[in-house]
Amino acid sequence: MTIGVVVFPGSNCDRDVRWAIEGCLGAPTRFLWHETRDLTGLEAVILPGGFSYGDYLRCGAIARFAPVLQSLVDFVDQGKKVLGICNGFQVLTELGLLPGALTRNRDLHFICEPALLSVSSSRSPWLAPYPRGETLVLPIAHGEGRFQCSSDTLKKLEDEDSIALRYQNNPNGSISNIAGITNAKGNVLGLMPHPERACDPLTGGIDGKEILKALIS
Amino acid sequence: MPQFRACVSVRLRSSVLDPAGEAASSAATRLGVEGIKNLRIGKIIELEIEAPDKEEASKRLELLSDRLFSNPVIENWSLEINSSSPNSLT
Repeated sequence: MTIGVVVFPGSNCDRDVRWAIEGCLGAPTRFLWHETRDLTGLEAVILPGGFSYGDYLRCGAIARFAPVLQSLVDFVDQGKKVLGICNGFQVLTELGLLPGALTRNRDLHFICEPALLSVSSSRSPWLAPYPRGETLVLPIAHGEGRFQCSSDTLKKLEDEDSIALRYQNNPNGSISNIAGITNAKGNVLGLMPHPERACDPLTGGIDGKEILKALIS
Repeated sequence: MPQFRACVSVRLRSSVLDPAGEAASSAATRLGVEGIKNLRIGKIIELEIEAPDKEEASKRLELLSDRLFSNPVIENWSLEINSSSPNSLT
C-alpha cells in the first residue's frame, strides 16, 4: 500500500505530501527521484507542488520529459491512481494525461489563500465521499493556475463529467471556474488546491483528507 | 555538417488572455506613450543546429517547436531558419 511521491529538482511540496500521507493517513510513502523508472510496488503516485525544473519554458514543460513520467504513463494505463497537485497538475496537462493548460493568473498575483470550492463531480473515487455541490475549503498557492482549454475540450470535460472541483469565487480567472479535473477513466486527478495542506485541524482544516484517502482505498 | 541558425517565436493564441501583456500595456501608458493597443508578450528562442540540409534542420525544429518550445493548447509558433557558417557563430 505504498504511495509514490515524485521529486523533481524544484519540487517543494514533496515533504508536505509525505507528512500528510504518513502522518495523517498512516500509509507508507516512497520518494521517486525524477530519473527513476521504477514504479513497482506502488499503489498510487502523487506529483507534488513546487517549481519543477524552475518552471523554465512553461510550468511542467521540462518535467514532462523526465524518465519517471514515461513510466507513469504506463502506470496510468494500468488503471492505477495518479494525483497531481498544483505544479503536479501543470505537469499532467503538459504530459497529456489531462487536457487543457494552466496559465498566468488573470490578475497576475501569486495567490496564497484558502479557496472555497464546490464538488462538481462525485463520479471519480477522489470525491466519491462528497455529494455534488458540497463546499470544501482547501488552500491555493499559485501564480499560474488559470485553467484554459478549447470550447470543444470544455464540452468533452462536461460530457464526461470530468470537472471535479470548481472555485466558488474564481480567484485566478479559470475557464468555467475549474479548479480540478479528472481523466475520462477517473483514475487521474489534477487540481490546483493543496489537499495535503488540509489534513489536520491544526493547519486549518481537514477537507483534503478525503481526497488523499482515495489513494489508499 | 552544415550549421543553421534558427529563431522560433512562440506567441499566446489570440483567444488566450495575456494578463502580463495588459500590465505592460498599462505601464506604457504610465510612461506617457499613448496609442498602445493589443500588446501581447511572447517568447523568442534562438538556437544553432547541425543537420545534413535545411529540410532536415526544419523537420527537427518543427518537432522541437511542437513538443517542447510551445504548448499547442495555448500557443502558436513560427520558425525562421538561416544557413550559418561555423566561423560566423560568435
